[in-house]
Amino acid sequence: MIAVAAVASAVLMVIQKNPIKSVLFMIVNFFCLAVIYLLLHAQFIAIIQILVYAGAIMVLFLFVIMLLNLGDESLLKEKVNFRKTIAYILSGVILLELIVGIILPPNLHPIRQSPDAFKIGTVEAIGATLFQNYLLPFEAVSILLLAAIVGVVVLAKKKFK
Amino acid sequence: MNFTLTEIPLNYYLALSAILFSIGIVGVLTRRNAIIVFICIEMMLNSVNLTLVAFSAFLGNPAGQILVFFVMAVAAAEAAVGLAIVISIFRNKMTVNIDEINIMKW
Repeated sequence: MIAVAAVASAVLMVIQKNPIKSVLFMIVNFFCLAVIYLLLHAQFIAIIQILVYAGAIMVLFLFVIMLLNLGDESLLKEKVNFRKTIAYILSGVILLELIVGIILPPNLHPIRQSPDAFKIGTVEAIGATLFQNYLLPFEAVSILLLAAIVGVVVLAKKKFK
Repeated sequence: MNFTLTEIPLNYYLALSAILFSIGIVGVLTRRNAIIVFICIEMMLNSVNLTLVAFSAFLGNPAGQILVFFVMAVAAAEAAVGLAIVISIFRNKMTVNIDEINIMKW
C-alpha cells in the first residue's frame, strides 16, 4: 500500500510539467519512504528522512524554483525527440536487469527480519555505533559540509562577466 | 498464515527500490529542466538508501544505517552546490534547459 503510494507519487513527480508540483510530489514520496523505514525498525533514519529531506532539501529546491520564477516546462523546447525513446528503452532495460537480479536467486535472502532489527534502529544504538566505530567518517562529513557551505557562498555570490 | 509486517520478504523492498531507481533514471534522461534532474537524482539516492536500510534490518547489522546517514549528508551538500550552480547559470544564460547549457562542451 505504502509502496504503491511511493511509486505513484514518483511517477507523478516525473511526468509533472510544473516544477513546484513536482517537488510537492517528491515530498509525498519521501514521507512514504519514511513510513517504509519505520516498517524496517529504523526510527532514526525515518526521522532524519523527514527532517533533512522533506524539511531542508525540499525547502531549498522550492526556494530556488521560486527564486528563478520558472513557469511551465513546455517553454523548454525539445531538440531531439528520438533521444526520449532511447532513454525509455535504456531505463526499461536497467529495471528489467535489477528485477531479474532480485528474483533469480530465490533462497539468497532471509524471509524474516533479524531479531536484532528492533535494537539497531534506535537513536541510542545509531549514536553509539557512529561515535565508536565510525568517528573518522563522521568528522570527514563535517568537513565536507563546511566545504559545501563555503563553495555555495562563493558560487552564488560571484558575478560572471 | 499470519502475515505480519515483519515478515515482508526482503525481495519486495529490493523490488520497490529498483522501481524507484528506474523512475529516477527516466526522469534524469527525459526531463530538460535542470532542477527536475536534480530531484530525480535525489530520488535515486533515496532508493539506494532504501536498499541499505532493508539489508541492515534483515542482516541485523547497523553499518547500513550509518551509511544511509552519510549518504544523506552528502546528498544535502550535493543539492546545495548543484542549486548554487543552477542559480549562477540562470543568472548568465536566463535558462535552466540543459540542452542549451553547453559551456562544458568543446
